[in-house]
Amino acid sequence: MSLDLPMIWAALIAFAVLAYVVLDGFDLGVGILFPFMRGEAARDEAMNSVAPVWDGNETWLVLGGGGLLAVFPLAYSIIMSALYAPIIVMLLALAFRGVAFEFRWKTKRGKFLWDWAFAFGSTMAGFAQGVALGALVQGIPVANRAYAGGWWDWLTPFTLLTGVALVIGYALLGSTWLIWKAEGQVQRRAYDIAFWAAPATLLLIGVVSLWTPFLGPIYAQRWFAWPQILLVVPVPLAVLGMGFLLLKGLTARREVSPFLASLSLFVLCFIGLGISFFPYMVPHSVTIRDAAAPDNSLGFLLIGASVLVPIILAYTVYAYWVFRGKVNSVGGYH
Amino acid sequence: MDGFDALTLARMQFAFTVSAHIIFPAFTIGLASYLAVLNGLRLWTGREVFLDLFNYWKKIFAVTFGMGVVSGIVMSYQFGTNWSVFSDKVGPVIGPLMGYEVLSAFFLEAGFLGVMLFGRERVGPVLHFLACLMVALGTFMSAFWILAVNSWMQTPSGHGVNEAGQFIVNDWWAVIFTASFPYRLVHMVLAAYLTTAFVVGAVGALHLLRDKSNEAARIMFSMAMWMAAIVAPIQILAGDQHGLNTLAHQPAKIAAIEGHFETVSAAPLILFGIPDAANSRIDYSVSIPYLGSLILTHTLDGTIRGLDTWPADERPPVGIIFWSFRVMVGIGMLMLGLGMWSLWLRWRGALYDTPLMHRAALLMGPAGFAAVLAGWITTEVGRQPWTVYGLLRTADSVSPVDAAAVGASLIAFIVVYFALFGSGTFYILRLMNKAPERHEAGLPHDEPIRAGGIMPAPVLPTPPAGE
Repeated sequence: MSLDLPMIWAALIAFAVLAYVVLDGFDLGVGILFPFMRGEAARDEAMNSVAPVWDGNETWLVLGGGGLLAVFPLAYSIIMSALYAPIIVMLLALAFRGVAFEFRWKTKRGKFLWDWAFAFGSTMAGFAQGVALGALVQGIPVANRAYAGGWWDWLTPFTLLTGVALVIGYALLGSTWLIWKAEGQVQRRAYDIAFWAAPATLLLIGVVSLWTPFLGPIYAQRWFAWPQILLVVPVPLAVLGMGFLLLKGLTARREVSPFLASLSLFVLCFIGLGISFFPYMVPHSVTIRDAAAPDNSLGFLLIGASVLVPIILAYTVYAYWVFRGKVNSVGGYH
Repeated sequence: MDGFDALTLARMQFAFTVSAHIIFPAFTIGLASYLAVLNGLRLWTGREVFLDLFNYWKKIFAVTFGMGVVSGIVMSYQFGTNWSVFSDKVGPVIGPLMGYEVLSAFFLEAGFLGVMLFGRERVGPVLHFLACLMVALGTFMSAFWILAVNSWMQTPSGHGVNEAGQFIVNDWWAVIFTASFPYRLVHMVLAAYLTTAFVVGAVGALHLLRDKSNEAARIMFSMAMWMAAIVAPIQILAGDQHGLNTLAHQPAKIAAIEGHFETVSAAPLILFGIPDAANSRIDYSVSIPYLGSLILTHTLDGTIRGLDTWPADERPPVGIIFWSFRVMVGIGMLMLGLGMWSLWLRWRGALYDTPLMHRAALLMGPAGFAAVLAGWITTEVGRQPWTVYGLLRTADSVSPVDAAAVGASLIAFIVVYFALFGSGTFYILRLMNKAPERHEAGLPHDEPIRAGGIMPAPVLPTPPAGE
């Protein structure tokens, strides 16, 4: 029996993207919430909660991008040139917030500048990622193995909506993360924000989900055709269930369950996207099989990935375990 | 952006972002090894000053590494945004090599960087030294894979072409170990070591000028000058061998570097001149008879093929690489000179007492970066008009994106990079301006744990005293 390498790699890339979205999601979220944190001590505490892990989180983005080039070069080349502007904005925004972690502590007078760089960079990165995702969902025209549209095609009301939705979704992840990791004033502030971000996120998930079937007959078919609907309907039901748990956890002032429920919402939305996309890699132009590199390229990298990715994952889990306590404003966990 | 097409702008953008990026790895590859050496010396000799120096350079390493991470993220997306046709065609060959680079760098960051930056008290000196070695090895592995990719683009082998027009791999060994790869790897890694040595030497010299009794400054200056005296000659030899390899595989590049528009026997070595590509001649040239043939063919009357034997659309641009090559070689000679001068002063016992030498070393601090950039410009512009040498043209590699988009993003990159990396350079210079002290502190404990991977080491339980 030979392995179905394109499908294995599609699953691995999907996993890397999901890992990126949920992991960097909460630390981008903390950046998005920065302007709502009152006082320097509160900001220090919020930043400290993500400082040890943000770099590891962001490496999943490099793994996703680099992996896509290696194993789905056609999809990589089409997606990157079609989403040119949002991708460039995302990269520049990530640069701003990335250096802020280090530079913020290298200056006293200029600290407020790097606070703004951190907040602005995080927000723009989230928005650009949301726009890019929306543009991918609405479909990319392809001719002769290349993107066949203009450089403003990504800009539509739908993509602006997905951009805003992702920023608010990240804010939810960031606030529930802070509920878990912070105490006192920062935690109270995080509860206030989560009470606002949770219903907003659920509402936006609903609006985007209802809009998507109008973007293409394949989506409508996938989600509303009988009897297939029986297979896909658990996803929106689970979203409703998780939304209920999230709101319940917040009202009961739980510390951990709101974060877990928010993560679950992201995972469920991602599964929903997978259902919409499959078997396409670039909707509705290029399938997973069309995009895949030859099997010997996929196999060659799979050897390294199957050794190193489990080690990296184990180490990541260990790192989060080590940092499991509450954070404070002077650098440490306790 | 009148007068610039999307192709030119995309090339400018790649040149700018990759040039900004190479600065950081060139420094961190060398600095990681230097940190490992300092750590090992502390372990071996027990002298506290090596730990002081380790802590001093560690802080600079952390800031540099952070900038390398963010500029590296940009690079992994540049291929798709601006060179999508190249990515589609070449992805099956270079993609997995770059994948290995990401995996090994990720593994290094996840595993050892945190321990190196924060862990000495937690894991003990021996494990800490091993972590430093692993970080140095990791930076070397990154260089290995990236140079494998670059060498394949320069001297491709081990590949085929499928029905979709993509390059595919027939033999991985041949793809990774191409004809130019060993030369390129050695040349680049030595360049990184020299770059770091001259930065370390300049910082040492600065503090010697202020206080020539500062022990840490004396040690770093001395170590740096040993590197200059030993590695600079080796590098010149390695560069010469790399040049001969290029002559064998990319003779047009050599013809352009040398400024030979016509085939000549007993070729002179043109030291300086103004290349006039339109009229195929070098104006105002200053040259040494026979030396060109002697260097390239190791005979006095050897023939060097001229650029006119290639069709006009297969010649690299002469003006840029004629000059960038001379800048690189000139800096190499200056490095050699400083190294030899240091040997002379050392023999005379005046290494720490010659302010003129210290001023010269201070001036030479950024020389390595200039040489690295000039060298990369020589080899990359010399590869033109191809992305995959002789097989895929640069003009056929570019994304179908409007010139306006590429131009706008180019301006954005320039503005943002100058703001961010300018600030970072300022903070690094400020750290360097501070003299290394006795009991140099590590990273401050009142700051959070930041860039440099996921790092559990700092919160590992500290072993109880007396154990």
